[in-house]
Amino acid sequence: MNFSDFFLMRHEIVLTIIALIILVCEIFTHDDKKHPIMILALVLFGLHTVFGFAATNTGELFGGSFRNTQMTLLMKNILNIGILIILFQSFKWLRTPENAIKISEFYIILFSSVLGMYVMISSGDFLMMYLGLETATIPLAGLAAYDRYKEKSAEAGVKLILSSALSSGILLYGISMIYGTTGTFYFPEIAAKWAITPLQVVAFIFFFAGMAFKISIVPFHLWTADVYEGSPISVTGFLSVISKGAAVFILITILFTVFKSMAPMWKEVIWATSVITMTLGNLFAIRQQNLKRFLAFSSIAQAGFIFLGIIAGTQLGMTSVVYFVLIYIFSNLGAFGVVAAIYDVTGKETIDDYNGLYRTNPNLSLMMLVSLFSLAGIPPVAGFFGKFFLFTAAAQGGSYFYYILVLIALLNTVISLYYYLLVVKAMFLNRSENAIAYFKSDWSTKTALLLCLAGIVITGLASPIFSYIQSLSFGL
Amino acid sequence: MDILTLFIVIPAVTMLGIALTKNSNQARWVAAGGMILQLINAIRLIFSYLALRNAGDKSEMLFRKSYMWFETMNIQYAIGVDGISVAMIGLTSIVVVAGIFASWEMKDLHKEFFISLILLATGVFGFFICIDMFTMFLFYEIAVIPMYLLIGIWGSGPKEYSAMKLTLMLMGGSALLLIGVFGIYYKSADISGHYTWNILELSKGHIPVEWQRFLFPFTFVGFGVLGALFPFHTWSPDGHSSAPTAVSMLHAGVLMKLGGYGCFRIAMFLLPEGANEMGWIFIILTTISVVYGALGAIQQTDLKYINAYSSVSHCGLVLFAVLMANKTAMNGAIIQMISHGLMTAIFFALIGMIYGRTHTRIIGEMGGLMKIMPFLAVVYVIAGLASLGLPGLSGFVAEMTIFIGAFQHADIFHRVVTITVTTSIVITAVYILRVVGILLLGPVRNDHFLELKDARWFEKTSLVMLLLAIAGIGLAPLWLSNMIGDSLVPIIQKITVFVH
Repeated sequence: MNFSDFFLMRHEIVLTIIALIILVCEIFTHDDKKHPIMILALVLFGLHTVFGFAATNTGELFGGSFRNTQMTLLMKNILNIGILIILFQSFKWLRTPENAIKISEFYIILFSSVLGMYVMISSGDFLMMYLGLETATIPLAGLAAYDRYKEKSAEAGVKLILSSALSSGILLYGISMIYGTTGTFYFPEIAAKWAITPLQVVAFIFFFAGMAFKISIVPFHLWTADVYEGSPISVTGFLSVISKGAAVFILITILFTVFKSMAPMWKEVIWATSVITMTLGNLFAIRQQNLKRFLAFSSIAQAGFIFLGIIAGTQLGMTSVVYFVLIYIFSNLGAFGVVAAIYDVTGKETIDDYNGLYRTNPNLSLMMLVSLFSLAGIPPVAGFFGKFFLFTAAAQGGSYFYYILVLIALLNTVISLYYYLLVVKAMFLNRSENAIAYFKSDWSTKTALLLCLAGIVITGLASPIFSYIQSLSFGL
Repeated sequence: MDILTLFIVIPAVTMLGIALTKNSNQARWVAAGGMILQLINAIRLIFSYLALRNAGDKSEMLFRKSYMWFETMNIQYAIGVDGISVAMIGLTSIVVVAGIFASWEMKDLHKEFFISLILLATGVFGFFICIDMFTMFLFYEIAVIPMYLLIGIWGSGPKEYSAMKLTLMLMGGSALLLIGVFGIYYKSADISGHYTWNILELSKGHIPVEWQRFLFPFTFVGFGVLGALFPFHTWSPDGHSSAPTAVSMLHAGVLMKLGGYGCFRIAMFLLPEGANEMGWIFIILTTISVVYGALGAIQQTDLKYINAYSSVSHCGLVLFAVLMANKTAMNGAIIQMISHGLMTAIFFALIGMIYGRTHTRIIGEMGGLMKIMPFLAVVYVIAGLASLGLPGLSGFVAEMTIFIGAFQHADIFHRVVTITVTTSIVITAVYILRVVGILLLGPVRNDHFLELKDARWFEKTSLVMLLLAIAGIGLAPLWLSNMIGDSLVPIIQKITVFVH
């Protein structure tokens, strides 16, 4: 290993340095003068995001445990964009008096979790992947419980850590069985030795269960609604897009490389889980009044849609998954951004509270409209393209197996449109005497929402983005 | 800027212009100005198109352009028109302008109203000019969504319910349609060696027949939901009745024609064997639509519901004629699309104007309006006569052509359904004349109505535009019929080569 090898781990090293800088600043600042740290963290992470797009070499480190390819780089950059938006959006919440003394801890814990995700995405063997997964998950429990004075937040933290621990345990059990049957952790070697014996099938199922927990696939989704509802909104945004996105990225990579030989088998598993996830997610979302739970169930349904790209098993499939995660980051953070903006000022978060919002706060309502339409898949915003390409990838299979799945997915899109329209109805159609009064958001919230809006509008229409992702993808 | 892309650029610029206006007067004049420009462009298109055809250009589509968009999936922004598209674009432009003038007095959130209306129109224009299935679908979906806001915010009656039902049912239709589109896309490799979304390339060969049997119902039903195919028409009565005037005009007049156009351009054109084998089911359904819609109209007491059911009936006739798959019937189908589009627009405009004055839509509560508002009443009578097919107006031309074309099929099944459908002439006459009698003639039922004013300048403009078009087509239909007929030749060749 020589000096130039360090640049293969550029993202991880830079992020660690940023976290350490914030830690040091934390020690040297007084309790009520923490606000400069927020600006510092924002600037540093912004620079990290921008410079993240600079090219690097591809290669492997640590004997193959850590792989850096153009695709892993792209995945990390996509997550960076989402995290930057979340940092902007969390500004106002962090400035409240209850959070004044623990501002830097937020950044340090967040960046630690992100570091874990980077490692997980770049992993070349199961050990590194598990290390990354745990580093990504455990700090999240601390973040979920950040609102110290709210019972629901504490409940969220406990639920998250306990269910994560159980699912990680099951995942590790699966990995141990993989090691037991193949004698190695490294992905390429396992792929070569995979014989699809019964024990290995069980190992796969345990592995899948562990990953499905992170992605909130039914029936491993039960933690999602309560944790999303109890956590502070920035953390909910982080959980719903970044954590989920990272898990999706590593799942599709492992399914396409390690478990290549048992593709027909895992395709059936994905078919079944995708159908139940989409359907149950949508059906439960219809009944929700609290917007955070509402968006939680909508996220569960969206995860079901993402599986359609995975089931294709083709280059188009992987492209559509990565593309959709990018668009999903913008749409979901746009919706959460509006919810956060309103919650920070008024403390209101139910659909009924949003009645008549257009008459008082037109810009926020329009932003919410655009985000919801993107989530529903309505043109001309990006969500349409994302969903359309996912369906195109799934239909590529050609047999009735795939077409029935696409049909079910399309019908679920219609159901999802219904509950997204419920929020639109509240904001635009309903009138209310005590609609939320007009307020101006501060610069950070506006920046976050504008970034999301730009993403939603541009990502769909600009085809170079899609072509670039396709050039890096690979199929079965 | 080529002439076809202008049809999307002009509305886009108009929407921007409306967003910048300061009051409702500016907003409506900007909207009207923009759409009148669009109408001028449409007339220019008709003349350029006919000039090119007369000069001897026999290619399937004219004014073609294509730009690669998503290269890996061969998605292109590909545009082109033939006689049928040109006619539909003309129809849309007239109805949009008439609709804007009919909504002249819109006060509540006027900017948003005009922007949504023009967004709707943009989707429709885009659909007619595109020949790449992906882009067509994109514009088709754009045309569906503003409906929810337009009906839900500015509508009347059970507007939230109607808006939600309409939006969800139309989205359901497009979901089914998408399956058909994917199927066609993935089987296109059999035709041209690579995947393509382009309709003209797809029409050069044919998709395997087993797949056509599977895809044809999905595609036809998908478009048929928008074209009021029985039993998927249920969004229509509530939707049209709860919608504000201009929205009903646009929707019944133009959007429902998207359904018919799509059935014909994609379902019949690209899947002819499927149409031949499975068409009989849909012929039965459309026959039911025609007769049931007309019978339903007789029962109604609310003016808007009468017109909505009438639209179900007439649009069902369009689909019926499309399924007949011969030149005369399809020619009649297109003329019926245009004729009915204009007629229903004028009806909804009139109903809106009458409602704005009397504040009731129940015909039993009104009467003798001929004495009170002669202009509106006379226009209503003329429109009614057009609807029941009086010679000299466009309705006669369309229906006659359809019935002659349908009758050309000599087998029992086709003859029986044709005769069944012909009875709709009589049923239409019943409900039209009944309404005219109760509403316009006879005694004045409510003395408050005696003080009502007749049509004002913007209402007269709106109505006269549409009336001139109806009468024009009725008295001089041949230029239109020939323009459409020439474009139908390659289509009929494709459909009948594989069928008989």
